[in-house]
Amino acid sequence: MSGADTLHVRLEQTEPIPLDVTLTCKTGEILVILGPSGSGKTTILRAISGLYTPVAGSVRCHGEQWLDTAAGVDLPVQQRNIGMVFQNYALFPHKTALQNIMLPLTRAGKEQKRTVAENLLQAMNMQGLGERYPHQLSGGQQQRVALARALARDPRVLLLDEPFSAVDQQTRRKLVRELVGLRQRFKLPIIHVTHDLNEARRIADRLCVIHHGKTLQSDTPDQVMNHPGNADVASLIGHYNIFRAKVISHDHDAKTTTIEWQDQTLSARYRPEFETSEETDWVIPADSIILHRRDRPSKGERENPVKGLIDELIPLGENTSVTMSTGQDRFIYLSVPTHVARRNRLEQGGDITVSLLADSIHLMKTQSADDAD
Amino acid sequence: MDWQALNVSLLLAALTALILTPIGILVARKLAWSQFPGRNLAQALITLPLILPPTVLGFYLMISLGELSFIGRLYEGMAGESLVFSFEGILLASVIFNIPFAVQPVQRSFEAIPHNIREAAWCSGLSGWQTFWKIEVPLAWPGIVSAAILTIAHTLGEFGVVLMVGGNLAGETRTVAIAIYDRVQAFDNAGAATMSAALLMISLLSITLIYFLTDRAAVNVRR
Repeated sequence: MSGADTLHVRLEQTEPIPLDVTLTCKTGEILVILGPSGSGKTTILRAISGLYTPVAGSVRCHGEQWLDTAAGVDLPVQQRNIGMVFQNYALFPHKTALQNIMLPLTRAGKEQKRTVAENLLQAMNMQGLGERYPHQLSGGQQQRVALARALARDPRVLLLDEPFSAVDQQTRRKLVRELVGLRQRFKLPIIHVTHDLNEARRIADRLCVIHHGKTLQSDTPDQVMNHPGNADVASLIGHYNIFRAKVISHDHDAKTTTIEWQDQTLSARYRPEFETSEETDWVIPADSIILHRRDRPSKGERENPVKGLIDELIPLGENTSVTMSTGQDRFIYLSVPTHVARRNRLEQGGDITVSLLADSIHLMKTQSADDAD
Repeated sequence: MDWQALNVSLLLAALTALILTPIGILVARKLAWSQFPGRNLAQALITLPLILPPTVLGFYLMISLGELSFIGRLYEGMAGESLVFSFEGILLASVIFNIPFAVQPVQRSFEAIPHNIREAAWCSGLSGWQTFWKIEVPLAWPGIVSAAILTIAHTLGEFGVVLMVGGNLAGETRTVAIAIYDRVQAFDNAGAATMSAALLMISLLSITLIYFLTDRAAVNVRR
């Protein structure tokens, strides 16, 4: 296996928690595991740390084999030298912030422990708070102490289990910035688990989407967001407009692929790897659906025009969420500025025509095709 | 005041607490965090001395420690004297009837420690033993102290079991509680009153101390 400075993880089991996970994370890289609650994210972290032993799998870090179920290797958690930040921080309540950070430094002398712990507190902007007990600290401060404690042992890998879930939005933004800064200072692989898509996009160098314990896609955030691998990934990263269609043809000169959807043809982003007549799932971001104005033609309205009826109209401050029905149980979701909705007299039950920007229509292999691969 | 009886009572209480505290910690920790076959039966057996009439418990102990029993014969073979009607006999009985007091408060304390606190200790590189001493014992400490105080207070006040197993031998098995009964039988109400007041004060102080420690622990562990 290549990459001695990399964490390689392979986990496989069907029970009690299904896992089918392959991950790699390089030194200095933040890998974000994104998935809904109960998707197995925390179990993956626990398996890497040694708190949980999967039925089959291997964990290799910096060339050292921590777990290899086939060879009977399963290093105890203490010997893996990981830094872990728990969801609720799990600070030792009977110890001060400084003592919490000093505790992992089992081999150092007392003075050295103190110096290391004070330096870490300083790195976390926590000067002067070392003598406070966890219950005397705010959520954000507790989180910083937990991070300092995790880094105290100079770990080989840093594991963060939804570390920002218990703090307010403002503190969360601040902590996210600090974490990204820490990556420059502490050169180690960082695995960050979250169900928050925005948080994931902000901090991830690589994004790994997990569902039902299975790695669905692992790539750069831009790649995952713009080119989701399948309908499940698209749904998990917040897309609503996911449909099934059939590939009709490819125009190699115009670099477009034509699909048939609901008895009409649509031009889509060029994907010659799909075969003609092949079933495909497709997705379009809500911001690539253009409303046709009533008073005058809109830019790009000849592109994939779709007619329908307004099923639901919900003003959400500056924007209005529009659900348009294009047939029985077939809906397209879009968002328009509220003043545009008013000017175009959009109302529930009324007609609506939109254009689907061809270059934003992303084709995906269907799940059954994925399974067959 | 029967100072000799008080001496026996204090020695009995101190030795019972000394023997039971480490046993209580180990048993409580096992019950708090492990699932094993027969766990409920084990908990029921530990609770049993709380609900059994002291005479019933005392009767069974007298029979099982008596000269005809295996334990009784074994002890007599080694020590050359009978286990019943001896200080060692009431010490063994005292250890057994105090098990619920020594286990249950500690078990509750261990159960209150979130599992991820122990995991955080392991992830910090602490071995199981280091985690026990540096994290678990300090966090369970109020429960451990409560258990020790309850054991001492309960031993000082125990009457039925001690009488059944040890009888009423001055300087050997006559505790304060038995001495009070003895004084009343002898129409010495003044003597009984002094000793009753002493026991009352000890019990009140013990319970107050437990509440004080529990309160302090709640402040320390508050998150």
